[in-house]
Amino acid sequence: MQEGFVSYINDQKDMAQASLEADTEGIKNTQTVIQKAINWFRARSMFVVAYGTGCGAIEMPPVFTSRYDIERLGVVGVATPRQADIMIVSGYCSLKTLKRVIRTYEQMSEPKYVIALGSCAINGGMYWDSYNTIKKLDDYIGVDMFVTGCMPRPEALIEGFVKLQDRIKNNNIEPGYIKYKEDYQFYRANQERLFGKNIAPAFIEDYTGMDI
Amino acid sequence: MFLDILIMLILAYSFGFLYYGLYRNISARVHGRFGPSIAQSFYDSIKLFTKDTSTSFGWMFYAGPIIMASGALMTVLFIPYLNHGDSLIGFSEYGNLIVVLYFMVLGPLGNALGVGSHGNPFGAMGIIRGLTRLIGLEMPFYIAVIGLMIASGTADIAEIMASQKETYNIVAHPLLFIAAFISFLGFMGKSPFDVVGAPAEVYSGPAVEFGGKFLALTLSQSAIFSFAKLLLMVNLFLGGADNLVDLVVKTFILFLAAVFVGNVYGRLTTSQSVDFLFKIPTVIAIVGLMFV
Repeated sequence: MQEGFVSYINDQKDMAQASLEADTEGIKNTQTVIQKAINWFRARSMFVVAYGTGCGAIEMPPVFTSRYDIERLGVVGVATPRQADIMIVSGYCSLKTLKRVIRTYEQMSEPKYVIALGSCAINGGMYWDSYNTIKKLDDYIGVDMFVTGCMPRPEALIEGFVKLQDRIKNNNIEPGYIKYKEDYQFYRANQERLFGKNIAPAFIEDYTGMDI
Repeated sequence: MFLDILIMLILAYSFGFLYYGLYRNISARVHGRFGPSIAQSFYDSIKLFTKDTSTSFGWMFYAGPIIMASGALMTVLFIPYLNHGDSLIGFSEYGNLIVVLYFMVLGPLGNALGVGSHGNPFGAMGIIRGLTRLIGLEMPFYIAVIGLMIASGTADIAEIMASQKETYNIVAHPLLFIAAFISFLGFMGKSPFDVVGAPAEVYSGPAVEFGGKFLALTLSQSAIFSFAKLLLMVNLFLGGADNLVDLVVKTFILFLAAVFVGNVYGRLTTSQSVDFLFKIPTVIAIVGLMFV
């Protein structure tokens, strides 16, 4: 039984890897030189709006200070979502917080990326059976990078940034904001399941061709 | 003429952003960290030009940054880059110091018009702070500049530059230089006079609703404008530049002075900075005016 399980896991891994490589090939071939240059600049300059919820609000600030100095990678904090490229959601989201997170996310202009920091934003973490917090942030907005840990060290967050930069540079994985637009009905249904109609009006883009 | 203007603008854009990158880098070293690359500001600018703009608050919102940018471009084009030369002079034959001072105020006014059209209270707060501070900044700067005009007997920048062949104005009129330098620090928007866009208080102030291409335009014009201000100070007090190397050295020295002052002093509040500017530099400028 053990062996069967191991081989099952390995098969799954191979399949995931194969599909990932196929995706990578597909997207890479369509990149022109100009797109590559633009992606390089996008990776090299990241404006971050840090949405501090939970303990991540304590772990995030050191990343911007002299000790860890994330600015050397081109990452700087900005005060408003209008100017931001990246949003860090740093921990558990209560329902009340989630509403604001969605609002902030929709105010950011594209291309935009989300980093979910810590176990709570990935699977609920220690709040997995709480009546008042969500478990998986990825169900409500398009998350690009998960940084695991409870709480992750600043080094982990920096590694998350570096991985995200590679991903933007190579453009090999579909960004979260495109998923959010394409599968908007899925995300909106999840949001409405929690809030009913008590949320901001639906985010509608003409080119998605959706009628909500 | 066209090529001349193009080269002037490219130089102003590149040096403006290069100096801004150096500002970030030097400040980082002062803080004891490594800091971003010197070209970081170029990366930011190019990235922002390729970013979407998601907001709209009517046509004035878009016109604001364009008025600001035209103010900055006109300022830089009316200041000759080099001493007694035929190249890199732009429109400076057709205008004088008074025109330059007029164009320098166009930027903040354009900003106020653009920001006024969206309803964000932080933007309005930033603009009120900026315009209040501007009243304080203009007073000593204008008195110092009037002193120079009286001393040189002309309002033409090229002639003021030419009149400094023997002694620079910084030596001949040190009090006027001190007054103008303190206002110049304020015009550069660096600490201790950086109350306009204070991120923790007014959430980047006037730029709060600007994102994407319009933020890129705002940043580019501010880089060009800061180079124009460095250029004006060099022309008025340091005898202008004989060649490009001279220009880079002189502007860089002035810029470095501004950076170090900015790194040493904390931020003043609006009322503190206006109080300070009305009391100390204005008095210094008036005393300097008496010695002209």
